[in-house]
Amino acid sequence: MNSETKPKGSARRQFLADTARMACGVGLLGLGVGLYARNATALPPAALRPPGALPEAEFSAACIRCGMCVRDCPFDMLMLAKPEDPMATGTPYFVARQAPCEMCEHIPCVKACPTSALDHSLTDITKARMGLAVLVDQETCLNYLGLRCDICYRVCPLLDKAITLDPQTNTRTGTHTLFIPVVHSNACTGCGLCEKACPTEIAAIKVFPLYMARGQLSAHYRLGWVEKEKAGGSLVTPDVEHQYHMPEGMKYEYGKGLSVVPPGEAAPGAVPPVPTFKALQGDKL
Amino acid sequence: MSALPHKVGAEAIAEKGWLVAHKWLILRRASQIGILLLFMVGPWFGWWIVKGNLNYSYTLGVLPLTDPYLLAQMLAAGQTPEQLAWVGVAIVVIFYLLVGGRSYCSWVCPVNLVTDLANWLRTRLGLKGGAHLARRTRYWILGMTLVVAAITGTIAWEMLNPVSMLHRGLFFGIGFAWAVILAVFLFDLFVMRQGWCGHLCPVGAFYGLIGKASLLRIKLPQRAACNDCMDCFAVCPEQQVIRPALKGINGAAPIILEAQCTNCGRCIDVCSKDVFRFGIRFGAPVPGVSGTVSPVPK
Repeated sequence: MNSETKPKGSARRQFLADTARMACGVGLLGLGVGLYARNATALPPAALRPPGALPEAEFSAACIRCGMCVRDCPFDMLMLAKPEDPMATGTPYFVARQAPCEMCEHIPCVKACPTSALDHSLTDITKARMGLAVLVDQETCLNYLGLRCDICYRVCPLLDKAITLDPQTNTRTGTHTLFIPVVHSNACTGCGLCEKACPTEIAAIKVFPLYMARGQLSAHYRLGWVEKEKAGGSLVTPDVEHQYHMPEGMKYEYGKGLSVVPPGEAAPGAVPPVPTFKALQGDKL
Repeated sequence: MSALPHKVGAEAIAEKGWLVAHKWLILRRASQIGILLLFMVGPWFGWWIVKGNLNYSYTLGVLPLTDPYLLAQMLAAGQTPEQLAWVGVAIVVIFYLLVGGRSYCSWVCPVNLVTDLANWLRTRLGLKGGAHLARRTRYWILGMTLVVAAITGTIAWEMLNPVSMLHRGLFFGIGFAWAVILAVFLFDLFVMRQGWCGHLCPVGAFYGLIGKASLLRIKLPQRAACNDCMDCFAVCPEQQVIRPALKGINGAAPIILEAQCTNCGRCIDVCSKDVFRFGIRFGAPVPGVSGTVSPVPK
């Protein structure tokens, strides 16, 4: 450069201009990379992570895309995302309908992971939560149609725990029973065996990543029956038995209807007065 | 056509014979392809010598190797690795402190095969000029990838990184990564000489930073014998590193200490005067005195 021949201020100007140019160019590239990376960190619904995978946001930081989990999977059902796949390039996933997780007892994929991307504290495969099975299509599920398919129920590695068959009346025939497959999130690992085994053209039961499959009650919701059990009794004033205003000398019994009060029994007039709404609410009214 | 007065390396071939004049190039290709084969025989034949890829690999169930740049991005993104990956990164850093950081670029990295091919073709086709970018751009990109990792909380550069994309692609399915690799090839061929490896790649930049302190260096014990044929300059992927050590600019010692030198050894091959040698950084030889440094075998 000929900067030595120029005044000092000129060299400084040149340096600042060069630096600014570099910062802008690289900054633009960084913006592109950052936005691209942000967009690609949402897991598509058909893709599931191996057992013990951290929540997606942390997973894309912890996974170093080495493929060790893929290599150590004895069933070879894991894949690494290619650049065109709609998730972080090079990260492991599986598609339940193609090849589900066989839930190895010793979880070799987790052991192979050199980072915390697959949580090494997971030692019991039944505690894995790769996703959650959802019976998405009640119109094509054979059990919903009244057949005894039961395949998802039978193939489930946590038989009768992750999927149960709940009897319901078949309202079409009026005489038969539907055995409705119900998935229980406290047991389902999201292995995908049910989705793989579903005999319909497109699976009626599918495993989704947890963020898609799960709902959540608002934090302030309380289940009355649970609270009642915890408290050992009702927490609200008990319901008052319903009172009827009958014609004099008549009474009403459930299933029997109106009848004349036999002589000698307490006349309706003798019934203690019904507590009024005001009396129940007290001063609060 | 070529502005050079003669075919690059012709003198060396005449002087030393073809084999000696290509010794380091052949060894380097053997290393690059051999490493690829080591990874390849697993998926091909089920001989699992090495598992994983250049990001992290596990050899024969005993040797973990972790890419330090990837680990740096992971830490920036707020995650920490398990014990084996720490061991792996220590081994890698120590290894490249010994053999030169950017030896990774010229002896291991699969993209080097692509960019060397582009550069060879560029020379054959007599393509000159092209875009200009500062060599230091790679350090800016390196810094940017760490900042983006910290801000987004993901290892964002892995979405684009041609190095891991190609290496992973070869053993796990390449998908559209070939398009990224083709883009790098075309960029180096038509847009800029040594554009990717020499100007942009943050992986190489990171290894270069490790290499600043590395032991194995190119030394020039016989720089006085230089006949200015410029062959070393023509083959060097980081041409700017040669002149100071060769010409003793500002009293520079006859040793290439720049982080950007990839230790490819091609300058040793093409020099008919045996100016260059591999050596260790300590005990710089007296200029013009031969035999003070013995080459370190690879």
